[in-house]
Amino acid sequence: MSAAASTFAQKAQSHRFYDSTIGKKAVMAVTGAILFGFVVVHMLGNLQVYFGPEKINAYGELLHSSPGLLWTARLILLTSVVLHIVAALQLAALNKKARPVGYVRKKNIASTYASRTMLVSGPIIFFFLVYHLLHFTTGQAHPNFRAGDVYHNVIAGFQQPAASIAYIVAMILLVNHLHHGVWSMFQSLGLNHPRYMPWLRRFSAAAAILIGVGNISIPVSVLAGLLQ
Amino acid sequence: MKLILHIWRQKNQASPGKMVRYEVEANEHMSFLEMLDVLNENLIAKGEEPVAFDHDCREGICGSCGFMINGVAHGPLPNTTVCQLHMRHFKSGDELYLEPWRAAAFPVIKDLVVDRSAFDRIIAAGGYISVATGSAPDGNAIPVRKQDADLAMDAAQCIGCGACVAACPNASASLFMAAKITHLGLLPQGQPERKERVLKMVAAANRELFGSCTNIGECEAVCPKGIRMEFIGRMNRDYLNASFTYQEEKEMAGVG
Ligand code: HEM
Ligand code: FES
Repeated sequence: MSAAASTFAQKAQSHRFYDSTIGKKAVMAVTGAILFGFVVVHMLGNLQVYFGPEKINAYGELLHSSPGLLWTARLILLTSVVLHIVAALQLAALNKKARPVGYVRKKNIASTYASRTMLVSGPIIFFFLVYHLLHFTTGQAHPNFRAGDVYHNVIAGFQQPAASIAYIVAMILLVNHLHHGVWSMFQSLGLNHPRYMPWLRRFSAAAAILIGVGNISIPVSVLAGLLQ
Repeated sequence: MKLILHIWRQKNQASPGKMVRYEVEANEHMSFLEMLDVLNENLIAKGEEPVAFDHDCREGICGSCGFMINGVAHGPLPNTTVCQLHMRHFKSGDELYLEPWRAAAFPVIKDLVVDRSAFDRIIAAGGYISVATGSAPDGNAIPVRKQDADLAMDAAQCIGCGACVAACPNASASLFMAAKITHLGLLPQGQPERKERVLKMVAAANRELFGSCTNIGECEAVCPKGIRMEFIGRMNRDYLNASFTYQEEKEMAGVG
């Protein structure tokens, strides 16, 4: 009897957890951390384009060499994206209801631009993500896609200025999102301490900018003719 | 000094309100509320309804006063309630917009007065400690680490004015709750109810339709008592810990 009673209690508690705003924020933070980790590794992978076709094509092959692992990773990322977005939209709806009548005058005196525009940068990054997958992973949005020839796909893809501009804009928004998001996830999970927070904010800004610069350098190099 | 005021006038909860323009002659020694007192005397003399605003101690400790001045809760001076804000911080000719706190949880009762009983219900849900009343316990009978006592005192500064909610773009009560949860959670007397406290207070705030925290920091910038966002992190930590380790009360305990 007591076992049944306690599983009931735990289930009720887990429901209550996600029902709460702090619970939803924790889900956003954990999924945000997974996506941040992915973005860092992905950028490091992308930079191999500077070492020439053999290197980056071999890297692409390596990633595809064990389908089990690849699909596990993809499943984790997909789940994270879905949970991150669902929680973000649910919280946004709650927050809108929390202030039905706005101010005639309202001044922001402490918050950063990045922190106030998470709901703008986030959705645009999502649409970019869909385009990016159709462009470099499945090829439907690519002018001249060759399966397995990562180097060729990147160079040919970015030789179209419109595509390069879309990537650059999306990366600027990603910098914006992570500028606030990285330190925010620590705060949301209660992993905060006054001694470390100033450094965490600097780390957040630096990590965001490095990811942006690393990724943006590739379309810029292609357009400038440095990579061909 | 002459001021141009645009004030939110609303007869009662049911009727719609609007901004109304007034001019008032004040001097720099007055507090902001005294300047409004002058305006109200003029209005009464003219047979008009005076502007309703909340106030009590007028010395920055009770938490009654508060409204927006040009989009900033309690006005432009940091760490100051509007009753402690003096007119020397303004200059003649200034145009000021005065609006009530805006939140679904804080309905406007009249003009600049809002109903903040949602805060009372959050406190009633868990923002207390249970003690045996009667004879007072010996002072210092329970040792408290100095650093914890100091931090608990910092959190205990919260006067529950609601400026954090008013400044937050999500009308979140996180800074208020975090102050109470930190204050009680740091002290030995707060330990027995620590997990229930955070679970119940957060659930109560969500029921009252306060929004969620997006860690943007507008709240701590307007808090007249300097409550810090660091406490919101503590509340999050307490909440996650309580969520994962909380056990419902057993019908019969101690029987193995
Ligand atoms: C590469 C993709 C993405 C990464 C790496 C990422 C990362 C993060 C991180 C680390 C946070 C901080 C979480 C927290 O404050 O606890 C965050 C917050 C947020 N993300 Fe994302 N995110 C991504 C995509 C998206 C997308 C597609 C959306 C679309 C709706 C989105 C919407 C948001 C919003 C609205 C917040 C703020 C939540 C809040 O302040 O309450 N993100 N993101
Ligand atoms: S009237 Fe008491 S704090 Fe302002």
